[in-house]
Amino acid sequence: MSDIILKAENLTFEYIQDEDGEKVSALDNVSIEIEKGSFTAIIGRNGSGKSTFAKNANALLLPSSGTMYVGSMDTKDESKIWDIRQLVGMVFQNPDNQLVSSIVEDDVAFGPENLGIEPEVIRQRVDEALTDVNMYQHRKKAPHMLSGGQKQRVAIAGTIAMRPDCIVFDEPTAMLDPSGRVEVMEIIKKLNSEGITCILITHFMEEAAEADRVIIMDGGHVVMDGTPSEIFAQPDKIRDINLDVPVAVDIADRLRKKGIDVPLNIISTEDLIKWVLA
Amino acid sequence: MLRDITLGQYYPGESVIHRLDPRTKIIATLVYIVSLFVVDSFVGMAIATLAILLLVKISKVPFKFITRGLKPIMFIIAFTFVINMFMFKGEPLFAIGPLVVSKEGLKRAVFMAVRLVLLIFGSSLLTLTTKPINLTDGLESLFKPLSVIGLPAHELAMMMSIALRFIPTLLEETDKIMKAQQARGADFESGNLLQRAKALIPILVPLFISAFRIAQELAQAMEARCYRGGSGRTRMNAMKFRKGDLFAAFIMIAFLGTCIAERIIL
Amino acid sequence: MGISVKNLTHIYNEGLPHESVALDNVSFEINDGEFIGIIGHTGSGKSTLLQHLNGLLKPKSGQIIVGDTDITDPSCKLLEIRRRIGLVFQYPEYQLFEETVAKDVAFGPKNLGLAQDEIDKRVEEAIGLVGLPFEEIREKSPFELSGGQKRRVAIAGVVAMKPEVLILDEPTAGLDPKAHKDVLEMAYNIHKHEKNITIFVSHNMADVARLCDRVFVMDKGKLILSGTPEEVFSEEERLTSIGLSLPPAAQLMHRLHEANHAIKAEVFDAENAAEEIFKFLGDKVC
Repeated sequence: MSDIILKAENLTFEYIQDEDGEKVSALDNVSIEIEKGSFTAIIGRNGSGKSTFAKNANALLLPSSGTMYVGSMDTKDESKIWDIRQLVGMVFQNPDNQLVSSIVEDDVAFGPENLGIEPEVIRQRVDEALTDVNMYQHRKKAPHMLSGGQKQRVAIAGTIAMRPDCIVFDEPTAMLDPSGRVEVMEIIKKLNSEGITCILITHFMEEAAEADRVIIMDGGHVVMDGTPSEIFAQPDKIRDINLDVPVAVDIADRLRKKGIDVPLNIISTEDLIKWVLA
Repeated sequence: MLRDITLGQYYPGESVIHRLDPRTKIIATLVYIVSLFVVDSFVGMAIATLAILLLVKISKVPFKFITRGLKPIMFIIAFTFVINMFMFKGEPLFAIGPLVVSKEGLKRAVFMAVRLVLLIFGSSLLTLTTKPINLTDGLESLFKPLSVIGLPAHELAMMMSIALRFIPTLLEETDKIMKAQQARGADFESGNLLQRAKALIPILVPLFISAFRIAQELAQAMEARCYRGGSGRTRMNAMKFRKGDLFAAFIMIAFLGTCIAERIIL
Repeated sequence: MGISVKNLTHIYNEGLPHESVALDNVSFEINDGEFIGIIGHTGSGKSTLLQHLNGLLKPKSGQIIVGDTDITDPSCKLLEIRRRIGLVFQYPEYQLFEETVAKDVAFGPKNLGLAQDEIDKRVEEAIGLVGLPFEEIREKSPFELSGGQKRRVAIAGVVAMKPEVLILDEPTAGLDPKAHKDVLEMAYNIHKHEKNITIFVSHNMADVARLCDRVFVMDKGKLILSGTPEEVFSEEERLTSIGLSLPPAAQLMHRLHEANHAIKAEVFDAENAAEEIFKFLGDKVC
C-alpha cells in the first residue's frame, strides 16, 4: 500500500447533463492504481472521462460511488481535504485562467500562503520552485507579459511550492505552441526524475510515449493500460477509438503490413532509426 | 483606448517609494488628495504640483506612464473646466455669447482642472509604484478593523486583486472578440445610439461567457491550491512598518500642515 | 482572382520606446485556387499579416491587392473587404453569441446586407459544408454543442459570407485527435467546394505538408521562405534555426538520410516514409 499514491476503486462519477435530469457517467466503475514516483500518461478523446478522473484525484470532484484514495486518505473525508490537495497538485489546461496574482512570484506563493506556512519558508520555496522551472529571472513580471509556455511553467511552480507528492497535469500543453510544449514537457520529466509522481493527461501521443505507463480511456472506462510499448504495439485498436499513434509507431505498423517484421517495442523515432540502420 | 488605463498597472522598480509600506502610500495618497482641496491659491497649487513631480522623479517611473492615466478622464476634466468657468460669477473677463467668463471663474476652473490632474497623478503614482497585490493587502489591513462591523475585508481585497490580475486578460479577450465580429462584418462605429447599443450584443455575450468561464476555471485552480478564505493564511511579503515609512509619515504631516497654513495665510 | 501583397510594413506602437516592427517589407503573390500554409514561431508576424489581409489593421506602408481591388486604399469599403476575405480567428467558438446556430451563422451574411432568402440559403449551405446536420442543429443553442461542433459553427459563420479568400488561423488548436482530423478534412472540402483561396496557419507541420500547395515561412516580421512543402521542408537547418521543425515523419527521414544517403529525405507523411523505408530495406536484403 505504501508505494501506491493514488488508488481509484470502482470509481463512478455521474453528472446531470440537461434539464431532463438524465444522468451521464463520466467515469464508470474505474479502478486504477498509481505508483509513487511513476509517470503515467492518460489519453482519450474529449469526454472520455480523463479530466474527470484528474479532478477526482484531488477532491475537486467527489465520486458518485466507489472510492478515491490519496495515500491512505479517502477523498470523501472532508477533514482531510486540504491534506489531499496539498499532496496532489494540479496544473490545468488554460495557462491564463489559473494564475491568481499579477506578479509571478506572488502567484507561486499563493498555495503556500493558503497552507499557512511561515513567510521566510514561503520565500525560500518560491525561489526554489521558480528556479526549478527556469522562471526565476521572470519572478517580478506580470503573467500577461509571458508566453503561454512560461505561464504554464509558473503554474507548475505554484504547484511544486506546495511540495506535493504527485502532480496531475490536465492537458497542460493543449493551448501551447510547439516550443511551449517542449518547455513544459521538459519540466514534467525533470520533476518526475526528482521523485514527483506525474500524471499527464494529453492529446499528443508523442508526449504520452515519454511516460512509463499509458492509460487509454474511452467512454468513462479504462480501455488500455500498459507500458508505452505494450500500448503502441496495438495501433489498430488505438485508431479504433479515434486516437493517433506516434509517427514511428505509424510507420512501423505500415511496414509490418507490408510484411516486414518490425519489433513491437519500437515506439520512438530514435528506436525506429536505430532499427532501420541496424 | 481601453489599454490606456494605467490604474492597476504596476511599473516595476526599486525606488524608495516602491519600497514603502503600501499602507503608508495609501494614506499618503489620501492625504495628498485632501490637501489638493485644502489649498486654494497659486502658491498652494504650485507646491502640490512640485510635490508630486518630485515624488514621480524619486519613484523613477517615466512621466509618460503617469500622464497616460489622464486620457480616459480628459473629457471629465474638460467638462469640469468649462462648467466652472461659466458658472462662477464675479468680475467679468470676457463673454462668449450669453456666457460670461469671470476672473474668479477662470481661476476656479484652472484650479479644479489642476486638482483633477494632480489627483490622477497621485493615484497613478500609488498604483504604479505598488504591486496590485500589495495594494489590496494594504487595503485589507487598513480595513481589517472594520471586520468587527461585518466588513469582509479579506474577501473584498481578494476580489480586487483578482480583478486587477484579470483586467489585461479581459481587455485582450474583448479585443479578440471585437476583431472576430468585425471580421464577420459587424460595424460598431456607425448608426444611431440604439443601433450602436445593439451592435454591442455580439461583443458582450461572448465576453460574459468568457468571464464566467475564466471565473469558473480560476475558482477551481484556487481550490486546487488549497484556498479557503482568509483565516489561517500567511503572507510571503508580510507588511512591515519600517524607518522609511516613519519618515514618510513625517513628510506627510509636514505637507498637510503646509497646505493648511497656506490656506489660512493666503 | 489572386492576391498580391507588396512591401507590406507594419509597426506597433510607432514612436514609443517599445515600438516593434511586426511586418517588415512583406511581399508575395497567391494565385487563384491555391491552398496556402503560413508557418512561423509565435510572434513572427503571422497574426498581424492575417489582420491586414482582412482590413482589421492598416499597414504603415505597402499594398494588398485582391483581384483588382487595392484593399489598403482608404476609399475601399471595409464591408467590401470582409465580403471578399473571410478570417476565422483562433478559438473562433468564443465569438458565438446568438440563441440558435442558424442565427449565429446568419450574422455575417446579414451584415453584408443580403436578402433574407439568400441568407437562409447560405446558412444551410455553410452548415452543411462544415459537416454538421442542418435540420438537427439549426434551432439548437450553439452553447450546448461539443467543442468541435462549436468550432465548426463558428467557421460556418464565416463560410456563409462566401469569401473569395478564407483564412483559418490555427483551426485545430486544442481539439482532440478526432476533431482535429475532422476539421482538417472540413477545411479541405470547403476549399474544393468553394474554389476559394484558403490560407491556413498552423503549428502542425504534418498538416501543412499534407494540405498546402505552397508554404510561407515567417520570422521576425519577414517572409523568409516560400515554396512548395517539398522546397520549404528541405531547408531543415533554416527552419530549426528559427524555432520551427519539420513534420515528424520528415524529421525521421532526414535523420535516416544523413546516416545513409540511399534513403530519400523529402518525405513528409507516414505512408510515404513507410514506402521509402520498405524500398530501402528491400534493397538491403537483395
